[in-house]
Amino acid sequence: MADQNNIAVDIRNVTKMYGAFSALEKVNLDIRDNEFFTLLGPSGCGKTTLLRTIAGFEDITQGEIVLYGQNIANLLPNERPVNTVFQQYALFPHMNVTQNVMFGLLRLGQDKTSAKFRVAEVLELVQLTKFADRMPNQLSGGQQQRVALARALAPSPKVLLLDEPLSALDLKLRQAVRLELQQIQHQTGITFVFVTHDQEEALTMSDRIAVIKGGQVQQVGSAQEVYEAPKNKFVADFIGETNLLDVRVTDLHDGKGSCILPGGVQITCPAADGAHPGPGHLSVRPERIAITSPNEGLVQGKVKRHIYLGTDMHVEVTLMDSETVTVRMQNSSQIQIPEAGQTIGLEFEADAARLLVD
Amino acid sequence: MAADLQPKASSSTSTYAGLGIPLILPAWAIIGFFLVLPVMMMLIYSFLTKEFRGGVIWEFSLAAYDQFFFDRGLFGDELPKIEWTYITIFWRSIWQAAAATLLCLVIGFPTAWFIATRTARNRSIWLFLVTIPYWVNLLIRTISMKFLIRDNGPMNELLMASGLISEPIHIINTNLAVQLGLFYSYLPFMVLPIYAAVERYNFALSEAAADLYASRTITLTQIILPTIKPGIIAGCILVFVPSLGAFLAPDLLGGAKNFMIGSLIEEQFKGAAGNWPFGAAASMILLSLVLLVLTLYARQQTREQG
Ligand SMILES: Nc1ncnc2c1ncn2[C@@H]1O[C@H](COP(=O)(O)OP(=O)(O)OP(=O)(O)O)[C@@H](O)[C@H]1O
Ligand SMILES: [Mg+2]
Repeated sequence: MADQNNIAVDIRNVTKMYGAFSALEKVNLDIRDNEFFTLLGPSGCGKTTLLRTIAGFEDITQGEIVLYGQNIANLLPNERPVNTVFQQYALFPHMNVTQNVMFGLLRLGQDKTSAKFRVAEVLELVQLTKFADRMPNQLSGGQQQRVALARALAPSPKVLLLDEPLSALDLKLRQAVRLELQQIQHQTGITFVFVTHDQEEALTMSDRIAVIKGGQVQQVGSAQEVYEAPKNKFVADFIGETNLLDVRVTDLHDGKGSCILPGGVQITCPAADGAHPGPGHLSVRPERIAITSPNEGLVQGKVKRHIYLGTDMHVEVTLMDSETVTVRMQNSSQIQIPEAGQTIGLEFEADAARLLVD
Repeated sequence: MAADLQPKASSSTSTYAGLGIPLILPAWAIIGFFLVLPVMMMLIYSFLTKEFRGGVIWEFSLAAYDQFFFDRGLFGDELPKIEWTYITIFWRSIWQAAAATLLCLVIGFPTAWFIATRTARNRSIWLFLVTIPYWVNLLIRTISMKFLIRDNGPMNELLMASGLISEPIHIINTNLAVQLGLFYSYLPFMVLPIYAAVERYNFALSEAAADLYASRTITLTQIILPTIKPGIIAGCILVFVPSLGAFLAPDLLGGAKNFMIGSLIEEQFKGAAGNWPFGAAASMILLSLVLLVLTLYARQQTREQG
């Protein structure tokens, strides 16, 4: 907010109503220039709606959308200098790859020769040069996805909007394309606004992430910030896995809180804004918990079962007050995994835990 | 990266296209009996000699085709000149059918578009409304059209009452009357295929076009029309072909001056004045004309698809 020149898209107080239902509620976001910005949230939370209001396909009920200083909320889609990569690609079926990619350039009034040059350049960037003459229905899903990307990149938009562009691809391909997308973003310097409901995708690709729930922004921050310092229970739970222990908060000061764990041990750990004395939730990531001997550590429990995850192993532990806590352990021959039914102690560093509000 | 480099199986050659010969036999039987057989009979009859009270004599003759194209004078002994009568009728039929097709397209396209963009439930209601008149026999519909457009019919009276015109517009027994009749006869054949095409149209394509700076006009002409073109062409063929051979509308609405091929052929098979070989020959010429148009279209289509 401090440096206005640095902001690519400034979304101010945007509300979008469908009848009485608000798909977006007073959304405020500032997406910085040259940033890989991700909108993350569960299905139906309004990610697509937000993207479509930026592109201009959806009118907003209230608020402003400012693109590099210009309020674009009242412009038609074809008047906005942003381009979209659609979820289902929406390639023009009667045009070959070259014609698809050239379409936007011709609309902007480029002459055929320079447009052709630019098309070749962009196809090179997405490694599709060989496929320039193919029709869309002669391409694989991954290739179609890259044509859609090339088509949106060709006019050199100020901001590129991507609506779950990887969701139709299989796992291996998705991982490869993630890297490519990141590289292309670095090479072109275009601001990317990327929509996904896949938290892993968001964590690995983004400079910053906005976590959305029910049309409201829950938290904006880098991958590390939202993962390690979630603002509330929803963010902690949605991004990665976490254990939420029922605790009693006794004291709060300077962003730290004291609380009493199930079993009576008291610790002092970081607390999210808004935490208050009384019943609360303590979030501890499964990989931050270690198993110790009974009567050692912070809480006591009994091993319920193991869940095999390949490289890792989840050990589910039932606490004395019947809450279940998951511990993530590396699956290696050196580490001894306690048997089901065994009584054990659990330990974690106080700084790895976090007091949260609902 | 390597995994995505193979192209998808071409959509036109599906493994499931060949269902095996036994399953296809009934279809071939029906086509053979109802399509090939009648056309063969027509072809044979067109090369036979006419019998004066209708019917044919089983004797080879080119007289029917000769009569269609050449004028050999009253007694058949003059040097042959080109006979324009029937060619004129054919020509008139072609452009009457073309005008009716155009009329159907101009009205049918927006109608189909409107219906296809309603909600799923309303769509079926609108489609039902469009097809309702077609539950009534074509003859009755054509006669009611005559009633509607005659000089002192409801259309003229309404226009005069509204003060738009002071004299009734004379439509009956003109080309326009025939075109209106054909239009009314075959409108659903235009609406339905276009409706089907628009309904399948992916409106994300329009958004993609707008996103890539296309105006509404450009989106319509460069994205929407090319994508739904097969539906438009199917509609045009379905209206043009039956309009070309129609006889009810020209007979009832066009009067004697606006004779079309359909009526010409119809007369050859009616009553004692008929001439079966000539009627058959005219039908064959009409059929060849239609096939020629369709072949040209099909060839152009395959060329476009590379
Ligand atoms: N045209 C519409 N009319 C009414 N409600 C709508 C309309 N479009 C979307 N919604 C509602 O708005 C909410 C947000 O929808 P949106 O498509 O933005 O979700 P999303 O976050 O993109 O979800 P997903 O991950 O499933 O794509 C949903 O609850 C949806 O039902
Ligand atoms: Mg969505």
